[in-house]
Amino acid sequence: MSEHVVQSPLPGIFYTKPSPDQPPFVEVGSVVTADTTVGLVEVMKQFAEVKAGVNGTVTEIHAENESIIGPGDGILTVEKG
Amino acid sequence: MAVEIIEPGLAASIQDRGRPGYYSVGIPPSGAADLRAAVTANLLVGNPPDAAVIEAPYMGPALMFDAPAVVAVTGATMPTLLNGAPAPQWESFPVAAGDQLTFGFLRAGARIYIAVAGGFDVPVVLGSRSTYALGGFGGFGGRNLRKGDVIPVGRANGGPGRAVPEELRPAYRREIELRVVLGLYDYRLTEAGRNCLLESEWTLTPVADRTGFRYSGPVLEWEERIQPFGAGSDPSNIVDAGYPIGSIQVPGGVEPIILHRDAVSGGGYAMVATVISADLNRVAQCSPGTRTRFVPVTLDEALRARADDQARAARLREALEATR
Repeated sequence: MSEHVVQSPLPGIFYTKPSPDQPPFVEVGSVVTADTTVGLVEVMKQFAEVKAGVNGTVTEIHAENESIIGPGDGILTVEKG
Repeated sequence: MAVEIIEPGLAASIQDRGRPGYYSVGIPPSGAADLRAAVTANLLVGNPPDAAVIEAPYMGPALMFDAPAVVAVTGATMPTLLNGAPAPQWESFPVAAGDQLTFGFLRAGARIYIAVAGGFDVPVVLGSRSTYALGGFGGFGGRNLRKGDVIPVGRANGGPGRAVPEELRPAYRREIELRVVLGLYDYRLTEAGRNCLLESEWTLTPVADRTGFRYSGPVLEWEERIQPFGAGSDPSNIVDAGYPIGSIQVPGGVEPIILHRDAVSGGGYAMVATVISADLNRVAQCSPGTRTRFVPVTLDEALRARADDQARAARLREALEATR
């Protein structure tokens, strides 16, 4: 088993959920595929979806909801498999 | 030849030196937000300075070339990859038919500029190839680039291997001072409000695009008055006036906005200061979180700064022409 850290592609504000009154995209233990959206980064009034990029299980979430994030910052860790 | 957009990045658009002369009828100048970087990219590939380039904020696109070409990437520091192998920035390099140009994560600055020898050959609208996406005209189809777009490139005569000397490349910082000329409406602030504008550290928010750059920080205090006829009821409102590019408005006294090259041409917010023209390219390379101070200068100082900036541009042009 190997780990993959999903990184933010953009500078901006990170969101763990699609809207404030909805549950987060993923939580620790969520099973994801490469195409699963794990969060949003807001910049220039646009919301860019961040994809998991690999198949596996979320083991840790690093970025807090509505925190300022930079390109390359770790969002969460996925154990591949 | 043509370039295909494999992935569009985020709000990438075709820009040139812009469309001056129509602001009085509501059409902003548009053009590259960092004009210096765009012109430099053109000079590196042997284009005239006003050829059209791709401007890509915060995130690089993925491009494919259908014929051999010469390419240069300037502006923000962002790992540049040709078929996955590192390629230089601030230096022209050759690409072959079928080659793909991609980018890593942004490291410094905010916007990259991609020039291809021959220039992107989109229609000229009101004297410019620049995209004005809010207005829906110019550039490629009047909009930002999308996956699958195929952008024609004009005839070229540039060569690879031309590089910007290290000492003439910009350095991007997360802490910046921007020079401003106060006015026209700074008298609407109290003395405390003016001091607060000039003595506070402002942080660039993620609302930072071609229209304007919005900053978070303290609340500014306005002089009380009975609002004149035609002005809105908030003390930051004025009777509508023209907005200079670079002007700073502070709606409601919170979150100053620096207008940039796709700005609306006028409205009813007091402009408390204007960023000098020599610093507008530097604004364009600020990414969210950049800590910013506004430093007041006189109009004479602003004009001297513009002359100095133009002299630096001339030195760069000479250096590049010497390597031809």
